[in-house]
Amino acid sequence: METVVFALLNGLIYGLLLFMLSSGLTLIFSMMGVLNFAHASFYMLGAYFAFTLGQHTGFWFALFLAPICVGAAGACVERWGLRKVHARGHVAELLFTFGLAYVIEELVKIIWGKFAVAYEIPPELNFSLFELFGSQYPAYRIFMLVVSIAMLAGLWYLLKRTRIGLIIQASLTHPNMVSHLGHNVPRIFMLVFAAGCALAGLAGVIGGNYLVTEPSMAFSIGPIVFVVVVVGGMGSLEGAFIASLLIGFLQTFAISIDSSFAEIFSFAGLSADGDLGRITIASLAPMLPFILLVLMLMLRPRGLMGEREF
Amino acid sequence: MTDYSLDRVPDLAPSARYKFATRVMPLLLLALILLSIPLFEPSRTWLSLFNAIGINMVFALSYNMLLGQTGLLSFGHAVYFGLGGYAAMHGMNAIENASYDGGFWAAVPVFALPLVGFAGGALAGAVIGFPSCRRSDVPFAMISLGIAELVAAAGFMFISVFGGEEGITGDRMNGIELFGLSLGPLGDVYWFIAFWTFVGVALMYAFTRTPLGKIAQAVRDNPERVQFVGYNPNRVRYLVFIAAGGFAGLAGGMSAVNYEIFTPESLSVIPSGLVLLMAFIGGARYFAGPILGAVVLTYMQSNLSDYSEAWLLYLGLLFIGMILFAPGGLAGLLLSGTAALKHSFSVKGLLRVGAFASSALLAAAGVIVLVELAVRYSNGFGEAFEPFGLHLAPDQMMSWMVGLVLAGVGIGALKVLSKQGGMGS
Repeated sequence: METVVFALLNGLIYGLLLFMLSSGLTLIFSMMGVLNFAHASFYMLGAYFAFTLGQHTGFWFALFLAPICVGAAGACVERWGLRKVHARGHVAELLFTFGLAYVIEELVKIIWGKFAVAYEIPPELNFSLFELFGSQYPAYRIFMLVVSIAMLAGLWYLLKRTRIGLIIQASLTHPNMVSHLGHNVPRIFMLVFAAGCALAGLAGVIGGNYLVTEPSMAFSIGPIVFVVVVVGGMGSLEGAFIASLLIGFLQTFAISIDSSFAEIFSFAGLSADGDLGRITIASLAPMLPFILLVLMLMLRPRGLMGEREF
Repeated sequence: MTDYSLDRVPDLAPSARYKFATRVMPLLLLALILLSIPLFEPSRTWLSLFNAIGINMVFALSYNMLLGQTGLLSFGHAVYFGLGGYAAMHGMNAIENASYDGGFWAAVPVFALPLVGFAGGALAGAVIGFPSCRRSDVPFAMISLGIAELVAAAGFMFISVFGGEEGITGDRMNGIELFGLSLGPLGDVYWFIAFWTFVGVALMYAFTRTPLGKIAQAVRDNPERVQFVGYNPNRVRYLVFIAAGGFAGLAGGMSAVNYEIFTPESLSVIPSGLVLLMAFIGGARYFAGPILGAVVLTYMQSNLSDYSEAWLLYLGLLFIGMILFAPGGLAGLLLSGTAALKHSFSVKGLLRVGAFASSALLAAAGVIVLVELAVRYSNGFGEAFEPFGLHLAPDQMMSWMVGLVLAGVGIGALKVLSKQGGMGS
């Protein structure tokens, strides 16, 4: 019971963090058809910006400023980089963002050093909120939960209840028609790209001190965000939400199960001496998203809630 | 009535001389270069660099069978390199064991191990390619990424096959000697690498001339029309995928014999990314592009990393620059430069190419100054960047200005030049 409750809570928080990352990526992906390889790099930039800004302004200003800076960086990338490559097809775009991820990682290494920086949880939030089954539950995780839910609500309101959301949704499916109606579709693309990057930056601000802020953080979470987008389905925020939570729960539950294959399949005569028998469920946790990805692409290419194949 | 007799139709087939000059000559030239390198008596450092270049050449060319010739973007090509290499590594150990108690492997020379690598890579390609080649474009790239992550993770899990973190090692000086090469000294290994590099390059070039190679190019350009003609694009992709996996495995086998060690790292996404950079920076649209890319990147990897901590940043910037401004890669730049000169050999044309090259150099110099200053500034050792006797200290405004001005002038000149019409045409 104890493990289940903790895994549920942690899985929920991790899943919401993944959703914060993947919601922007899904919007960008379904609008421009490009899977932004560098999306997780903007997440990393968010964490590093918050670290540096936080030293001057404190965490609370950084919480707002860092995502704005990341969004501005994203707008520049779209305006002067991606837009140029757009005409040469999706493969060229994918390659461009792949190169960008490389460059951002190296720049981060030069500016902030090769090792993890001491980006820490603000002292105001560094206490345990309540006690659960005898162990303390940190308040910062609940803060992450609150920020994620606020972001979720804000995004939903923006997309479903405002005029801007209406235009964005229309340009997802009918970019030409929106353009005929007199809207500047490339600028909408740029704004959505910037907003998506800003969301990734926000995830970096609140995730960087929860996890760890180091130059390899982008490459470790990036592929998982891809999995969320592909599993969730093209152009579907709902799908991305379900997939984020699914992967969040899947990974946190798998980590908490310590039994090995030999124990589970002992009825089939699997011995604990072989390689196969020694594998534990916990060690499989990092692989699970990719198994899900490959299966999903082969069996149901449009993802959980996607409207079309990509 | 007009006479439409056959003798009026011009003969469009290329002449024997043209065929020789474009198809046989380059291979002969490669063979000549490979044969003449030992005449200069290169040092051990150079020899090991040449060996690494040979391996990467075959690897990058095999990658380009997918990217350049079939239009498949893979983020996991090192999987086939690694699996082929592991197959060769296990073969090497089997040869060592067989040298004591005999058996089938006693009859296999270490020299032939790249063939084992080929078989391993092709087998892996056949198994993994079957599900992943049913999709193309972005989904294919995603599947390849997922599979690369899975195989790399499995590599660390199955210790008896992949040897865990430290990998598996072997000894190449066992079994039958072929061509009188004991494969002990580096010079012997050079001949081994040179032989298989030539075989690999020649076979992969021959592959582009086969009907399968031709239809693969058609699949890249327009899969729908290929379907109308009556071919199944997915099957074409699958067959090319197997061949590409095989040649990657060949390179893996060469690497196994050269380094006598293989670790699960070699299966991971990082070498897959590097081979992608090699093929693209060299020029994916040209057969010789990846060869060029392999030479340049391997050289950069082994030498530039001594000069600058930021060499990966330069690599990334080079890659992005190529994507934005020169999608033909280095090969494309070279070809359009020479074509421009050949087409209209004039002082004006020469000046134009020169102006392009020098402003690009200026911009590159500016970026390098800025990056090196930034590296030294963030290290905080108070070290100055000293190119060509200059003294650029990172704490002086002046040195940053030098970088900014160089980069600004170079980029501005490039912009003006490209506004006047592209290079050459």
